[in-house]
Amino acid sequence: MDKPLLQIDNLTIEATAYPPGEAPRRITIVDGVSLSLEKGKVLGLIGESGAGKSTIGLSAMAYGRGGIELSGGEIHLNGREIRKARGRVLRSLRGAEVTYVAQSAAAAFNPAKRLMEQVTEAAITHGRATKAVAEKRAVDLFRKLGLPEPESFGNRYPHQVSGGQLQRAMTAMALCPQPDLVIFDEPTTALDVTTQLGVLAAIKAAIQDQGVAALYITHDLAVVAQIADDIMVLRHGKTVEYGTAEQIITAPKEEYTQALVSVVAKDHEEKNTDLPPILEVKGLRANYLGMTRDVLSNINVAIQPGTTLAVVGESGSGKSTLARVITGLLPLSAGQMVFDGRPLTPDQKSRSRDDLRELQMIYQMADVAMNPRQTVGTIIGRPLQFYFGMKGKVLRNRVVELLDEIELGEKFIDRYPAELSGGQKQRVCIARALAAKPKLIICDEVTSALDPLVAEGILKLLADLQEREQVSYMFITHDIATVRAIADTIAVMHLGKLVRYGKKSEVLAPPFDDYTDMLLKSVPELRMGWMEEVMGTAAE
Amino acid sequence: MNALVLKLLVQRISLGLVLIFFVSIMIFLGTQILPGDVAQAILGQSATPESLANLREELGLNIPAYQRYLSWLGGVLQGDLGTSLTNGRDIGQSIADRMGNTLFLAAWAAIISVPLAITLGLISVLYRGRWPDKLISAVTLSAISVPEFMMSYILMYYVAVQLGWAPSVAMLNDRMSMLDKLHAISLPIAVLVMVVLAHMMRMTRAALLNVMQSAYIETAELKGIRRSSVIWRHAFPNSIAPIVNVVMLNMAYLVVGVVVVEVVFVYPGMGQYLVDHVAKRDVPVVQACGLIFAAVYIFLNMFADIVSILANPRLRHPK
Repeated sequence: MDKPLLQIDNLTIEATAYPPGEAPRRITIVDGVSLSLEKGKVLGLIGESGAGKSTIGLSAMAYGRGGIELSGGEIHLNGREIRKARGRVLRSLRGAEVTYVAQSAAAAFNPAKRLMEQVTEAAITHGRATKAVAEKRAVDLFRKLGLPEPESFGNRYPHQVSGGQLQRAMTAMALCPQPDLVIFDEPTTALDVTTQLGVLAAIKAAIQDQGVAALYITHDLAVVAQIADDIMVLRHGKTVEYGTAEQIITAPKEEYTQALVSVVAKDHEEKNTDLPPILEVKGLRANYLGMTRDVLSNINVAIQPGTTLAVVGESGSGKSTLARVITGLLPLSAGQMVFDGRPLTPDQKSRSRDDLRELQMIYQMADVAMNPRQTVGTIIGRPLQFYFGMKGKVLRNRVVELLDEIELGEKFIDRYPAELSGGQKQRVCIARALAAKPKLIICDEVTSALDPLVAEGILKLLADLQEREQVSYMFITHDIATVRAIADTIAVMHLGKLVRYGKKSEVLAPPFDDYTDMLLKSVPELRMGWMEEVMGTAAE
Repeated sequence: MNALVLKLLVQRISLGLVLIFFVSIMIFLGTQILPGDVAQAILGQSATPESLANLREELGLNIPAYQRYLSWLGGVLQGDLGTSLTNGRDIGQSIADRMGNTLFLAAWAAIISVPLAITLGLISVLYRGRWPDKLISAVTLSAISVPEFMMSYILMYYVAVQLGWAPSVAMLNDRMSMLDKLHAISLPIAVLVMVVLAHMMRMTRAALLNVMQSAYIETAELKGIRRSSVIWRHAFPNSIAPIVNVVMLNMAYLVVGVVVVEVVFVYPGMGQYLVDHVAKRDVPVVQACGLIFAAVYIFLNMFADIVSILANPRLRHPK
């Protein structure tokens, strides 16, 4: 048999960290990873953030971001050692033998150049095609990838097309030089779930059509199950498990892989209550200044005490706008809101202190929602001082109590946000919201930026707190799995309208309206062949 | 050209015009609040109360200030800058020759310094942190650190006096050929280039390095494109706006701020004309020069903003 296309042996990747006030130290990012990839095969690299999967992906181009150094091991591409290659040799393989598809195509395209110029640039630079041939190839790829008006698509600038289209265009850019290997680095992570399905199918078809090999990097096991022949599970820069896709998904050997596989299948028992709603929104309308179109039109929802309303929708559906209207950051243009039996004024500035206290919010990005120069104790203590006038020992005791509630404990009280992990930061934000003794907490995509296992822990904490404190949640998310795990009632939003609303058992049961049906069908399921089934039924 | 770009351009140009209007008021007010007046300055020691009153009457200094402002503004709008109090000549005509000379000097300094600064900026980004980058920074920064009169005299002493390669006094006349003229003003040009080069080069370098952090630069590098092409074809088009802004500021300086260099080289430009008439307290000339300098400044900055608007693909090609 031929030598494999890509053979990585015992690869070690290091970086030098410069912590302030300390001596520089070496950090190992990837530790002794080996893999091999045959022509035309797809290897999925999966792991949490910080697992080193992107770093390994880029090492196949002998590229290290920032101060990263490929310090040990061997990387063979087409039988040639490339780890120690420099200058001209490296340039001759990048963009020719190996190409790269980035996570955020929106940032990866040059805003000042037309798409066609960027898509064909690598092929022309490396002499793999003349301008005419490359452009014809690009148009063919645009067509295969399902882009609108393939003949003229390349004349547009990046800002003139949507995020999903840019991701397809980036795939076309990677395939245009007809490489042997394409590295896909989370190509669908930033996309909406319905868009993701189309892009994923297009990528798979294009890979099969051209017979190229691919390294597919993602944190989503269900996505990689649709596309990979082999899967490597990574954690802290080390290989956890490496095998065929089928084996990893149906019969994982390692505990960590088993946890990853089972995280998808949580369900939450629906609570029923006849108590009067804590928040009722009637006939709500809102629009942004200077826009005639309503961002929200005629929204009617209610939240019962001690229950969770999940608001589901894709980007642009108005779900975050709904949160902004309820908190009074964006005054409504029509309709009314009743909170705990009393009317809620539209403008946050004219609300009573009790209204402000009882309605708290937690954000997606925990790190930007905290002042980096305040300690955890100060951050959590602030609402205690502001709403309850606590000081000194009483304040400290209450902060410790809250830290215990979020399962962090007293030892975290003097830490700064930078010394916390992503999940710990989000826990501190939860404690800060809880400190105000709220009746309703609006959670805006609070688990979206977290790794699946960490997100699972946060969801469990929120459920426990609800049990104990009888607090209600309005949980904004784009992720159906999260909805299943936490919701009692569900509101499905699309283009500023409420398309479906009711108890979870009713909303998630057929018969479905068209949009909800599409939304549910687009969520990747953790089994091989799922995508073909969905695309098959869609084609009928 | 689309409606959005047109709207932004109209807004920017109107803003420029309003600004010039306000500056004209400030210049007029500024010359009014100076102690003493032209009549005193002209008569000097021989001033008697009667002769002062007569001269004031003659010069129209007894009319209220706002009326004098309006008639001055009306004249300026019709191209009449008034007459010089000290020599009775038409200011517009005197300035026309002087302005031509100043622009001639500024234009040649710009033609040399702008491409040179941008090229040096590109080179220092290409060799970032290595010796060409450090050398370029060291040389340009030293050049800007030496005061320009000092630089002028140093060049005059070595190049003009010791070596005799260029004249020490930059005199122009109509019979000179273009080459002769350039030879005559070669030293002032050299000084001006050294003064503006560092600023533009540093800004080009900083703007490019800022863009070099972008994800699309990584994309270009991963296409296996040479670093020089990455900088020139991918980074430079995205850093035009900040570069143009600093280039225009320096252009404005070349026109407005050359007073010292013109005086040192006895060059018959606007700067020297202004200095002469400030000394004689010739208010109409000072006002006219001030207004022209302000207009040049505002126009060049307006031009920079217009280029920035036109260089933005999001504005040029809306969704």
